[in-house]
Order: sequence, then structure tokens, then C-alpha cells
Amino acid sequence: MSKKVSEMYTETSKWKELTPGCDIYVAGTSKEFRTGDWRTDMPIFIVEKCKQCLLCVPACPDSSIPVKDGKRGEFDLDHCKGCGICVKACPFDAIKMIKEEK
Amino acid sequence: MSKVLEIRWHGRGGQGAKTASLLLADVAFNTGKFVQGFPEYGPERMGAPITAYNRISDTQIRVHSNIYDPEYVIVVDETLLTSVDVTKGLQKNGAIIVNTEKTSDEVRPFLNSYEGRVFTIDARKISVAALGKYFPNMPMLASIVKVAEVMDEKAFLEEMRGSFKHKFASKPEVIEGNMKALEMSLQEVK
Amino acid sequence: MSIRERLSGNEAVAIAMRQINPDVMPAFPITPSTEIPQYFSSFVANGLVDTEFVTVESEHSAMSAAIGAEAAGARTLTATSSCGLALMWEELYVAASNRLPIALALVNRALSGPININADHSDSMGARDSGWIQIYSENNQEAYDNFVQAYRIAEHADVRLPIMICQDGFITSHAVENINLLEDDIVKNFVGEYEPENYLLNNKTSMAVGPYATPAFYMEAKRAQSQGMNNAKQVILDVAKEFKTISGREYGLFEEYKLDDAETAIVILSSAAGTAKDAIDKLRSEGKKVGLLKIRVFRPFPAEEIAQALKNCKAIAVMDRSEGFNSQGGPVCAEVKSGLYNIDEKPLVVNYVYGLGGRDVKVESIEEVYAALDKIVADKTVGEGYRYLSIRE
Repeated sequence: MSKKVSEMYTETSKWKELTPGCDIYVAGTSKEFRTGDWRTDMPIFIVEKCKQCLLCVPACPDSSIPVKDGKRGEFDLDHCKGCGICVKACPFDAIKMIKEEK
Repeated sequence: MSKVLEIRWHGRGGQGAKTASLLLADVAFNTGKFVQGFPEYGPERMGAPITAYNRISDTQIRVHSNIYDPEYVIVVDETLLTSVDVTKGLQKNGAIIVNTEKTSDEVRPFLNSYEGRVFTIDARKISVAALGKYFPNMPMLASIVKVAEVMDEKAFLEEMRGSFKHKFASKPEVIEGNMKALEMSLQEVK
Repeated sequence: MSIRERLSGNEAVAIAMRQINPDVMPAFPITPSTEIPQYFSSFVANGLVDTEFVTVESEHSAMSAAIGAEAAGARTLTATSSCGLALMWEELYVAASNRLPIALALVNRALSGPININADHSDSMGARDSGWIQIYSENNQEAYDNFVQAYRIAEHADVRLPIMICQDGFITSHAVENINLLEDDIVKNFVGEYEPENYLLNNKTSMAVGPYATPAFYMEAKRAQSQGMNNAKQVILDVAKEFKTISGREYGLFEEYKLDDAETAIVILSSAAGTAKDAIDKLRSEGKKVGLLKIRVFRPFPAEEIAQALKNCKAIAVMDRSEGFNSQGGPVCAEVKSGLYNIDEKPLVVNYVYGLGGRDVKVESIEEVYAALDKIVADKTVGEGYRYLSIRE
């Protein structure tokens, strides 16, 4: 599945170029959509304070806290919208929000 | 246009007038005719007066209306005579067949001065004698086949035996009773 | 060899379905189409088909399940009438815009109210703009033949749209009449296997069906969908031509009956067309030049072809078996008139609303219409152009 949905369709696509019913023949297309661009505040992961309780992971609405081998890693900033819910979920103050400089 | 034989059935919901009209369509179909068999539909209510129709023709039937000037009328339940205008539109050169224990002369006064032929048959008596139960269908079917000369009587009986064998494959014990009802009816309709 | 039979319209359609042997049938019963899923479920129970029969709790669910099954790659059909079609409304649009070639046996019945179970076309006419192909049948034979042709039209790569095969409730659905059936293997070969290019259960490719389209895409999506409907006209004719080779029976976008030299004509759909043909024969025997145009395909609407066929008439009556409530007449007349607008020579047009809620259409009723057309021709003007037939004044 190397083809991207953004390569199938753009806002200049003509009607004859659309698939029947606008069907999409690739999987996981939401990954291409960089919702991280919408962010104004950015989460900072303070690794020293983290106890790896993982309470932040299911709280994230954008699945932007990757987990590997039972441990969370750095935020997926391509998709994190900066909502700050993870800050409220963390009992150990291991996440803080800062103003993002773009 | 060739002539189309038009027949109207009057019965009550649950008595099988619709089934009888479909059986007549079957019989005529098996003689090579074009047929229509259809009821006049409304909400189904046991005991309410119902009407069913047959058209029988040598050529394709295209018309899809009810029948207003039938050549034959069959009254499956004589109590309808006082509540339904059963002879409405009935052609003078046609006939009416009534299920009753009365004679045709006794029934005629209830038929709104109908001048055509009147036949009666005691379907209850025949059905109870042949089947042990009251199913007016078979006697009325045999009557119209005879009166309207839909087909040869012998061929009709053979045809019906074949169709019963198929229809009652799971309960062959009822075949003889039904055949007896048909045979008696062919004799009794007057 | 065709098989001489006598069947009701519902039985005939159920037999076509058995011969097609679809993959999935979700259905919810409603008068007068109930018998279709009833007969079909007995075919399933007796092992005559290997269809997955899905009993659902409503028509909304029936069409939802049909959409899901069809998108998954299964050839799917269902049957309904009246309020059942109304409850499918939202899903009808989804099926069409997702380009899913579902077949639906519609047994036409009036929509409430007053509540009524008898024939008229208010159900299918209400759904006329939902993007479904609509084909109307005069009798049990046509209902059967049209259903046999349905998937060849709907699944065609140029079309890919759902299709509705309509017949009149009770009048043909419950009337037993002669019919010539095709043999099972002939139908099977004619319809063929369903091999969609893309489908959800294909484990070799990923696929998403029914995505959201922003304003930047929505109009292009609709334009593409309308092309499927535009293409359907030729496909319907091609399929009919091939159907003739297996059945000997001829079908077009509409049927002309004694229309060539007709001075007056009526335009009508479904069962009343047969009654009208008897009226025409009677009037022709009296020397009157009368004819008929029976619309078979209402979606796509063959406007230009109809206009060409009617252009030499002096006056025509367009018969609507449903109300339009636009205070101008019914939907069939609106479309026929719009088809005629751009040609130079055209007949005077009167609209009759008729047969609502099962009001019987007699040969005499149709004769009345031709008498009215004679008067329009003599007066050289239509007068009241929106009339009711057989109404108690």
C-alpha cells in the first residue's frame, strides 16, 4: 500500500478521475493527515517523572502516544492536536503543555 | 378480440372462494387456455364478503380490471344473497350457481329478478358426505366446470386427480374424499 | 425451451430470484410484497438456493444490510412495498451514491394516508430521484423478464447503480396469469457470476466504502454518479437485445402500441397499459386513430426518445398513478412535458391522475380519456390540464 490517498485525489481532481462511489483502495489513510499542524500548545514528556503507568495512552483522542514493549515513548507530534487531556490523565506531572513556536 | 369467459365468485373470508378461483384458473390453464384468477383485495377479515374473479380465453388476456359484466356468478355462501347484489351486471345468457339446499326455483326470488339460468348445489351435504367436513370449494369448482362447460367432465376428473396427487402428496388419504366430492357435485348441480 | 406456467406476479419474481441464486437477501415483510421473501425463504429452507437469508427488524435495516452485503462483494436483493420503501429512503440514496448494484423487487402500493394497501405508484415515484434505475412491469411476465435482466444492467461497469423492478400491487402481484418461464440454466448463464472489481471482503486489497466528501469533492461525486445513470440507457437496450435471443421477447425503453399513425395517445405505466390496449383495439375497430406509449424505463428517463415518438400526435394524455402535489399534476406528466418542450411540433398535453389506492381502471375508463382527447383536438385547446379520472364529483 505505497499509494497515498492524497495522490489518488486532490482538490483539482476532475469528476471522471474519481473512483466509483469515491471508494478508497488504500488502508490507514488517516496517517497521511497531519493533524499536528492544528496544534497551538505542545505537550512535553518529562521522562524522569514518568512511572510508565500508561494512563495517558488510552486518554489520548488522537492515538499520539506510541507504546513499545510496554513503555510509552515520545509524542507523535505529526498527529497530536495539543488538546492537553494527557496532562490531566497523568498522576505524576510527567507531561506539561508549552506554547508552541512555529 | 376473441371472446373471454368472465366469472365472478362471491364468498366470505375464510371459505376459500379465492382458492376456488385459483383452482379454476389451474384447470383451465391445463386445457391450454390463457387464464386469470384474482381476488378483489382488502384487509383480510374472516367472514366478511369477498369477491374473486376468473377470466378464461383462447388468446392472451391483457385487461387488468375487475369484472363488471360476468357471464357466470358463483355464490359460495347463500347468506350473501340478502346482503350482496350478486347478480349485478350478470349477463342474461349466462348463469348463476348458488350453494344452497334449496332448488333453483326456490332461490330465484332472492336474485333481483335475474332472468337467466339458475343452478343450485348443496355443497355442504356433498362435502360432509364425501370429506366428513364442510369445505365448499370442490363442489363449487365442479359446478362451474360443468355449467360453463370449461372442459370435458372426464378429463376434468383426471386432471384433478393428478393435481391432488401433487397437492396432497403428504396426506394422500384425503385424495379419494375430494375426488368423491367432485364426482358427486357433477351429478348434483341442477 | 420455455416453460408454460401460470403464476402470480409475486411467484414469478420469486422464481426469477431462485434462478439468479443471489448471495444475500435481507428482507422485512410488507403487503403486498410479503409473498416474495416468503416464497424465497422456502427456497432457502429447501436448499434450492444457497443464499444467506437475513431476517431483519425493519426495512431500514433490510436496505442497510443489503448495502453492507453488496459492498462486501455479495450479489444482494430484497423486496418491499409502500411504507417499507419509505422507511428505506435514507439508505436508497446511500446504495446509489456508493454505486452498489442491489436489485429490489418493488410491489407498488399507495403510501398513507388514508392508510391503504392497494396499488398506486406513490412509493416508487417518491423515490424517483434517489439514483435508482426504475423499470415498470405491465404483468407477471414482464416482472419476471425485467428481474432476470436486472443485474446485467445494474452491475455493468458503465452503470454500477441499484435497480428497482416495479409491478402493481395485487393487480399483478396477486393475480395468477399465464407466463413463460426460462429454464434455470439459461437464466443462470444469462445473468452470470458477480465479479466486482473491488469489494470489502477481498483480502488482497484494502478498501473503504462511503467516505465523507467535502464541498470540494461532493459535486464531482454526484456528476460521476449521474454518468452511471446516463450510461444505463444504452446498457438497458443492449441487455434487452441479448435477452431477446434467449426468450424471444422484445423490450425497449418504452413500448409503442399502435402509435405510428395515432392522432391521440396516452402515456401510461404498468398494469393499466394492458387494459388500455384492449380499449385501443375497441376504438380502432370503430375507426379511431388511437395509440399508446407505455413507459418501461422511468429512470433513466428517455425524454428525447419519448418526445420523438409522440411528436406527431395531436393530443396526448399522460397518466399518473400518483399525485405530485405541486398543483400542476403528477411526476410522469411533468417529465413527459419537459421532454416535449424543446421540439418544435408537439401535441397538446393533458394530465390525468388515476388509479390511486387501487381505484380500478376499466376499459371504459380509458375510453373516457380518449373521448376527452378528441374534444381537446376539436377545441384546439387543453382547457383544464390537470384532471382526475373516475372521481366522484
